[in-house]
Amino acid sequence: MTNDAAERKLALSHLWVAFIAFILACFMGEYQVLERSGFISAMDSPTVYFASVSTHGVLMAFVLTSFFIMGSGYYIAVTSLKQAVWNRTLAWGGFWLAVAGTVIAAVPLLTGRASVLYTFYPPIVAHAAFYIGATLLVAGSWVWCAIMLLMLRQWKMAHPGQVVPLAMFATAMNALLWLWASAGVALEILFQLIPLSLGWTDTIDPGLARTLFAWTLHPIVYFWLIPAYTAFYVFLPKQAGGYLFSDEMARLAFIVLAVFALPIGFHHLYMDPEQASGWKLLHGVGTFVVALPTLVTGFAVLASLEIAGNLRGGKGLFGWIGCLPWTNTMVLSVILSLLMLIFGGFGGIVNASYAMNAMVHNTAWVPGHFHLIFAGTTVIMYFAIAYYFWPMLVKKPLYSNALALLQLWLWFIGMSILTTPWHVLGLLGQPRRVSGVVYNNLLTLSWKPYELMMILGGLILLGSACLFIYNLAKTQLHPTQEVFAGEIEYAEPMHAVASLPEWLNDITLWNKVIAVLMAISFGYPILQFFFIHAPGASPWGF
Amino acid sequence: MQLEPLKQKCMQHLREFYAQWRAIPIDKLEQKWITISLIVIGLFVGIITVDALFHSVNPPGKIETVDSASLHLNEEFAEENLGVQVDAKGDITIRMVAGRYSFFPKHITVPAETRLTFRWVSMDVLHGVHIPMTNMSTMIVPGYVAEITTTFPKPGEYPMLCNEYCGLGHNHMWSNISVLAREDWVAPARLPVEGAANDK
Ligand code: HEM
Ligand SMILES: [Cu+2]
Ligand SMILES: [Cu+2]
Repeated sequence: MTNDAAERKLALSHLWVAFIAFILACFMGEYQVLERSGFISAMDSPTVYFASVSTHGVLMAFVLTSFFIMGSGYYIAVTSLKQAVWNRTLAWGGFWLAVAGTVIAAVPLLTGRASVLYTFYPPIVAHAAFYIGATLLVAGSWVWCAIMLLMLRQWKMAHPGQVVPLAMFATAMNALLWLWASAGVALEILFQLIPLSLGWTDTIDPGLARTLFAWTLHPIVYFWLIPAYTAFYVFLPKQAGGYLFSDEMARLAFIVLAVFALPIGFHHLYMDPEQASGWKLLHGVGTFVVALPTLVTGFAVLASLEIAGNLRGGKGLFGWIGCLPWTNTMVLSVILSLLMLIFGGFGGIVNASYAMNAMVHNTAWVPGHFHLIFAGTTVIMYFAIAYYFWPMLVKKPLYSNALALLQLWLWFIGMSILTTPWHVLGLLGQPRRVSGVVYNNLLTLSWKPYELMMILGGLILLGSACLFIYNLAKTQLHPTQEVFAGEIEYAEPMHAVASLPEWLNDITLWNKVIAVLMAISFGYPILQFFFIHAPGASPWGF
Repeated sequence: MQLEPLKQKCMQHLREFYAQWRAIPIDKLEQKWITISLIVIGLFVGIITVDALFHSVNPPGKIETVDSASLHLNEEFAEENLGVQVDAKGDITIRMVAGRYSFFPKHITVPAETRLTFRWVSMDVLHGVHIPMTNMSTMIVPGYVAEITTTFPKPGEYPMLCNEYCGLGHNHMWSNISVLAREDWVAPARLPVEGAANDK
C-alpha cells in the first residue's frame, strides 16, 4: 500500500538534497552581490566570483529544481493514484545517478575548472567532468520521468474510463515536457561539449550549440514552474477552505503550458546572428501564446481564493480578502507568489517583445527578472509545498508555523529589495554576469546605490533561507510525543468531473502534437547548420 | 483512391473533438477573461508582426558565416579596414572585431541621426555588445557576422560594453564610442579600400 515509510523516505531524500543545494547556493548568492559591488576590495577576485556564479547557477537551476520536482512528484503520484512507486529500486537508482552526477560536476565547479556558468556557452570549455556530471544528473531525472509516465499508464489500465487525478495529470505533463525539453541540451552535451572537452573533436559550431541550448532554455522554466502551478490548483483551494474553480480548465492550462513552452526557445536568440528573423518571429508569436495558461491560472487562483473567502464569511466585493486564512502557509505563499508573478509577468512581456528586447538583452534586467519569477514566484511555492508535506513525511507536526510565516514574508520582502534595483541597473545599462564594475564612465557611478540595496535584499533572503532549513530540520529532529496523523488533501472541484475526453485525461495526443510543433519550429533551423558549414570554433579556456 | 476515407476519418475526429470541446463547462466570467486575454495577446502579436514585416524592426538575423580563426587573412576584417567607412553612396559601415578583452578599434566616432550599419565578428569566443540606452545590441558568435543597422538619436560619449560572459576578464571588455552631431562629424580621412567597402 501507499504512504508507507519507504515511499516517504524516497521523497524526503530527494527533497533534502534539493534544499541542501539551495542553502549552499544562497550563501554564494550573498557573496556574489557583495563581491560585485566592489565595496570590500579584499574580496575582489574574478576567479572566485565566476566559480561561485557558475556553482550558484547550477545548484539553483539544475540541482534544487530537479531534486525538488522528483521528490514531490513521487509523493504526489503515490498519494493521488493511491498506488506504490513503480519499481522503487529503479527510483533509488535514478536518485543515486543524479547525486553522483551532482558530485562529479561539483568538483570542477568548486575548483574553478568549470567557470562557464550554468548555460555553458562554447567555445569556452570546462573540464569534461562538468559535462559528464551534468549528463548523469539529467539521466537521473529521466528515470523519474519514465516512472511517472509508467505509473500513469498502470493506473489507467487498472481504472479504465476513470478520471486521472488532476495532480497526477499535471505531474505527468511535466514529465513529458521535461523529456522533450532536456533533449536539446542533451544533444549539445553529448555531441558537442563532451567530444570537445575530451579533445575528440577540434572545433564545433557555437551557433548550433546555442540553438540546441535554446531548445531547452525556455521549457526548462516551465519544468520548474509546473509544481508551483500544481499547488495553485490542487492544494491551495482546500487549504483556503474552498473549492477548485474548474478541473477541466486546469487541465487545459497544463496542456497549453507544456505544448507551447517547447517550440518557442528562439526568444533567447533574438540578438543572435545564426538564426534568421522569420524563425525568431515565429517563436516570438508562440511566446505570447504561452502567456495564456498563466493568465488562466491567475484567474483560477483568484477565483478559488474568492470562493474560500466568501465561504468563510467574506462580504462585499473585497471582503473575502480579509477572511482568507492568512496564517496558513500555503495560502500566504500563494498570495505572495502571485504578487511576484504580476510584476515578473510584466517584465516578461518586455523581454518577449522582440525589438524591445534589444534594450534589456543581457543586461542586469535579465537576472533581476528571473530572480523575481524563479527565485520568487516559483521557489516560494517550493517552500509552501515543503511546509505542507514535511509533517506528513516525518509524521510530526511542523516545528513552528509562526516561524514559517515569518520566513515567507521575509522571502517576499527580500526578493522585492533585491530585484527592484536589479531591474533598474539593467535599464541603466549594466551588463549581466560581471564580477565588478570597472568601466571608466560616469554612467557606472550611478550604479552604486542600487548595488548597495541589493546587498541588503540578499541578506534578508539569506536569513529567510536559513529559517526555512532550520524549521524543516527541527520538525524532523526535535523529540516530540505528538504524532502527525494528517493526510494529504487534494482540492475538490466546484463541479465534480464524472468523465473526460481522452485528450484531457492522457498525454498521448499531446506528445504527438509536440512532435509536430518541434519539427516545424526546430527542424529547419537545426538542419541549416549542416548546409551552411560555418567554419568551426576551437575550444578556449576561460 | 485512399484519400477520401482518410479525409472522412479526419473530419470525423475533428467533429468529435469539437463536440467534446463544447461539452467542457466553462464559467461565464472565466469565458470573458479568456476572451480578453486572447484579445490582448492578439494585439501584442499583431504589433510585433506588423513591426517586423513592414517597419523592418528586426533583431540581427542575416546568416552570414566567417572564419573566426583566421580573421587576419580575411580582407574585409583586416586591421586597416576596421572602423568607420563611407562608401561611394555615402552609406556608413562600421566593421568591428571583438576579442578577449577588447573591441577593435578601441574608439570610434560616428554621426548622430544617421543610418549606421555595424558588422561585428569575434576572433575567439562568444561575446555580446551593447551600447547602454540604445538598441545597438547583438551577440557576436564565432563563425558568424552579426550585422545590425541602427541610428543614434543623441550625440554624446557612450560606453560600448561586452554583455556576454567571455572569460574571467569579461568585465574589462569595453570601449568608447563618440556620437557627434551630424554637422560636426567628418568622414575619416582614410579612403575606403577598393573592393572591401562594397561587400554586396
Ligand atoms: C540569497 C539570495 C540570492 C542572491 C543574493 C542571488 C544573487 C545572484 C547573483 C549576484 C547572481 C549573478 C548574476 C549576474 O551577474 O548575472 C546570481 C545568479 C543566478 N542566480 Fe541567484 N541569488 C539568490 C538566490 C537565487 C535563487 C533562490 C535562485 C533560484 C532558485 C537563483 C538562481 C540563479 C541563477 C540560475 C543564476 C545564474 C545566472 C547566470 O548564469 O547568468 N538565485 N544570483
Ligand atoms: Cu524563455
Ligand atoms: Cu567579451
